[in-house]
Amino acid sequence: MKAAVRLGVVLLCHGDLDLVARLARIWTSGGARVALHVDAKVSAAKVAGLRRSLQDCDQIIFSRRHRCSWGRFSLVRATQDAAAELLQRFPDTTHVYLASGACLPLRPISDLTAYLAADPDRDHIESVSTHDVGWTVGGLNHERFTLFFPFDWKRHRWLFDRFVAWQRRRGIRRRMPAGLSPHLGSQWWCLTARTLRAILEDPRRAEFDRFFRLVWIPDESYFQTLVRLHSTTVESWSLTMAKFDHAGRPYCLYDDHVAMLAESRCFVARKVWPGAAHLLSHFPLPDEGRPQVDPPQPARISRIINQTVRRRVLGRPGLYMQSRFPRKDAENGKTSAPYAVIQGLTDIFPGFEDWLRGHLSCHVHGHLFSPEGAEFAGRPRVGPGAISSDPLIRDRDPQGFLTSLIRIADPMQVFQFSPRDNQALNWFMATDPHAHMLVVSGAWKLPLLHSGMPFDDVRRIFAQLQRIELEQLDVLNSLWVRARLHHHDLGEFLLNPRTILQDFLLQIDPHSLPITTLPAMRDLTGLDGMLRRLRNSGLRPRLTGEDLPPVELLTTEREAAE
Amino acid sequence: MVTGAGIRRRLGALPIIGRLRRRAERQRLIARGLRSRTALRAISDRTRRIERGDILCFVTLRDERARLPWFLSYYRAMGVRHFLIVDNASQDGSGDYLCAQPDVSLWWTDHGYKAARFGMDWINWLLLRHGRGHWCLTVDPDEFLVYPHHDQRPLAALTSWLDAIGRRSFPAMLLDMYPKGAIEDAVCAEGQDPFDVARWFDPANYSIQKNEYFGNLWIQGGPRTRAFFTHDPLAGPALNKIPLVKWSARYAYVSSTHMLLPRGLNLVYDEDGGELISGCLLHAKFLSSFSAKSAEELDRRQHYGGSQEYRAYHAGLHRGVQLWCSESRE
Repeated sequence: MKAAVRLGVVLLCHGDLDLVARLARIWTSGGARVALHVDAKVSAAKVAGLRRSLQDCDQIIFSRRHRCSWGRFSLVRATQDAAAELLQRFPDTTHVYLASGACLPLRPISDLTAYLAADPDRDHIESVSTHDVGWTVGGLNHERFTLFFPFDWKRHRWLFDRFVAWQRRRGIRRRMPAGLSPHLGSQWWCLTARTLRAILEDPRRAEFDRFFRLVWIPDESYFQTLVRLHSTTVESWSLTMAKFDHAGRPYCLYDDHVAMLAESRCFVARKVWPGAAHLLSHFPLPDEGRPQVDPPQPARISRIINQTVRRRVLGRPGLYMQSRFPRKDAENGKTSAPYAVIQGLTDIFPGFEDWLRGHLSCHVHGHLFSPEGAEFAGRPRVGPGAISSDPLIRDRDPQGFLTSLIRIADPMQVFQFSPRDNQALNWFMATDPHAHMLVVSGAWKLPLLHSGMPFDDVRRIFAQLQRIELEQLDVLNSLWVRARLHHHDLGEFLLNPRTILQDFLLQIDPHSLPITTLPAMRDLTGLDGMLRRLRNSGLRPRLTGEDLPPVELLTTEREAAE
Repeated sequence: MVTGAGIRRRLGALPIIGRLRRRAERQRLIARGLRSRTALRAISDRTRRIERGDILCFVTLRDERARLPWFLSYYRAMGVRHFLIVDNASQDGSGDYLCAQPDVSLWWTDHGYKAARFGMDWINWLLLRHGRGHWCLTVDPDEFLVYPHHDQRPLAALTSWLDAIGRRSFPAMLLDMYPKGAIEDAVCAEGQDPFDVARWFDPANYSIQKNEYFGNLWIQGGPRTRAFFTHDPLAGPALNKIPLVKWSARYAYVSSTHMLLPRGLNLVYDEDGGELISGCLLHAKFLSSFSAKSAEELDRRQHYGGSQEYRAYHAGLHRGVQLWCSESRE
C-alpha cells in the first residue's frame, strides 16, 4: 500500500479574485488544503469579498499579506509565510504545491496525488545549475547571484541598468553563502513537506534570506538552490506547464487551446486568461474514480509554442507587412524562395525566353524591371498575386514587387535582366543568398549593332549602358555578394555558350532538359567595326571589347557544335 | 570652417527638432479636437453606461442605414461594449436607427466633413472626452476588424494580451474586398454579411514605404491602385491603419487612422526581422451601393485630395470595370 498523500497548495494571487475563488475551490474539492496569499496591493474590500465567498470552506487559510513586485524577494517571502502557515495549520500535509491564481489544474487532483504517491519522497522542482545552462533572457544568468539588485526592474529600469553597469565596471562580486551552489528553475514547484520544513526551519535561514534579498528574481532561484541542500531525490522537472515568450513573459492560454492542453496530459497549466470561459469549464477533467498516473507529455504543445516564439523573433523570410518591416540587412532572409536572374542572354538570343521556358519547369518571365512595364510570362496586365505590370506602380517599391512575387508564386521565378532595366535592386539581389544570377556582361551591345539608329544615338546609348553596367559590376564584385553568381563577359560566353548555360540550368533546376540546340543567335557581323568606330569617336568601350574573338571563329565553332 | 548652412544642417539632424515639431503638431491637433466639440450636438448620450475597461468603438458616418445592423452585430459579438458615433447629417434614417440602440451614443453635426479634417477632429474630441484609459477602436462603417484567432477569442483577449506585453496600439492593414463580376450587381441585403458577396482580395501587390518623420509605414496597392489609379498610382489610397489604441489624453490621430502622435504609437512593426502582431480591416466598400455613393460624394467633394479617389472610381465604373481578376483570392 502506498503512503497517503495529503496535498497542500500555496496560491499566490494578485489579480482576478473571481478566478482565484474558483481555482481555490477546484483544489479543495480535490481534497487539497489551500493557503491563499493575496497581494497587499489588492484593496481590502476585494479581499473581504473573496473571504466571504470562500468562508464555507475550512480547508482554505489566508496567509499574511505582502506587497509583491516582480523579480523581488517579496514573492519568496510571501511563499515562505504561506507555506509555514499551511504546515502549521495542517501538520499532516505531505506535499506542498506552489501555484498562482492563474494556474489551472488540467487533470483531476486525484491524478496528481496518485502521481505523487507513486514516489512520495521525491521533490518535483526544476533546478538547473547556472554553471551549465543559459536559463533566461536578458543575459543575466550567473550575475543574478554575483551582483546586487536593490532596484525594481519594472519601476526603476534606468537605475537598475545603470547600477548593473556600474557594478560590472567595478568588478563587484558577491560571495555566495558557504555550501550553496546556485541553481535556477521554474518558480512553480511541488515539494515534500519534509524538504519544505527543512528549508523553512534551517538554522542558517536568516543568512540565506539576507543573501537572496538582493538577488535578481529570487523566486526562480531561492527554493531551487536550497532544495539541493536538503533533498537527495530531486526530480528536476516542474509539474506546472508554463511557457514563456522571447521576452520572458508567460504565455496565455485561451479557449482554443483546450484540445492541445487535454492532449498534453499536464497536471497544471499556466497562465490561463480569466476570460477563457470554455477552458475554465472544461478543466480540470472530471474525476472518474480511477486515478491515472501517466506522466505529462507536453512535447507537442511546447513545440507549437516554441514555433510561435521563433516566428515572433525571426519572422517569415521575404514577408514585408505592417507589422514586419525589417531594416536593411536585418531581414533574416530577404526573399522567401530561390529565384534566378539572367542578364544578357535575351540580347544574344532574341528568342531566349521562349526557348528557356521549354527547358525549365519554372515560371520564366521576360524583363520584369523593363522601363515599359513588368514583362510577366505570357505578358498579362496583371501578374501572379494580382501584381500590376504598370512600371510606375512597380517602381514605387521594387523590393516589395520582387519579394511579393517570389512569395506568392509557387514554382521558382526566373526573369531576364539588363542594364536597360530598373537597377534599384542590384544590392538587394547581390546580397540575397536565394538569388541565382547568370550575368553575361557586355551583351547589351548586340541589339545596338543592327539597330539602324544614327551613330550619335548609338554612341550616347552605348556610353549610358556601359556606365550602368560598370556600376552594377562594382556591386557584383564586392565583398558582400551572397548570390550564387556566374559572371562571364561576352567573349568568354560566346566561346562556350552551351556549357555555361547547361551548368546554370542544372544549378537552378536539376530536372531541366539537356540542351541539344541553342536558340538562334543575333548576327554578330560588324561588331568589330562598331567598336572601332566608337573607340575612334573618343569612347573607350570596355567589358569584352578587346578580347572578343573574331566573329568567324565563333560562327564556325557553333556550326561544328551543332 | 563652420558655415551657417553647415550649422543649420547639423541642427536639422538633431532629433530634438523633429520631436519639438511633432509635439507642436500634436498639441495643435488636440486643440482642433477641443474646438470642434461645439460642432457636435448630442442626440443620445449614454456614455454614463460605459464601465471601466470597456472596449469602445468610434465611428463617423453618413447615410449608412443599410450597413448598420450587420456592423453593430459584428462588433457586439466581438466584444465592443459601447459605440460612439458621429452622424454627419444623414438623411436615410441612420440617426433614428442608432438612437434606438441601447449601446450607442450618438452625436449629430452638419458641419463640413472636410473642414473637420475628414471627421478626425470630431473623433479626436470624442476620444479625448470618453476614450481615455479604454481600448478604442476607430473604424468606418464599412471596415471590419479581424485579428489572429478572432474566430475563437474575443477582442478583450487581444487587448488584455496587448496590455500584458506593454503595447498601446494595434495595426491592421485595410484590405479591399470585392465581388466577382460587376460591382453594380453585388447586392448585399441589410443585415447580410457583406463578405458573402465581396469575398475576393488581392494577395500580393502592395508597396510599403517608411515615413521617417511619423515613423509609420505607408502601404499602397491592392485592387484600387490596380484598377482605378493606373494613370497615377502614387496617388492611390493608403492602406496602413492603426485602428485600435489604448487611448490617453496625450494622443491624437493625424490623418484618418493611418497615423497617430506621439510617434511611438506608429512603431507597430519589427525592424530586426521578427514579426509583431497585426490584424486586418476587411473593407466592404465595393458593393452595389458603391456606385451611387461615389456619384454623391463626387458632388459633395468632401473627401481626400479633391475627392480624387471617387472621381477615379466613378470614371472607372462608368466603363464597367470589374475588380476581379484571375489572380484574386478568396
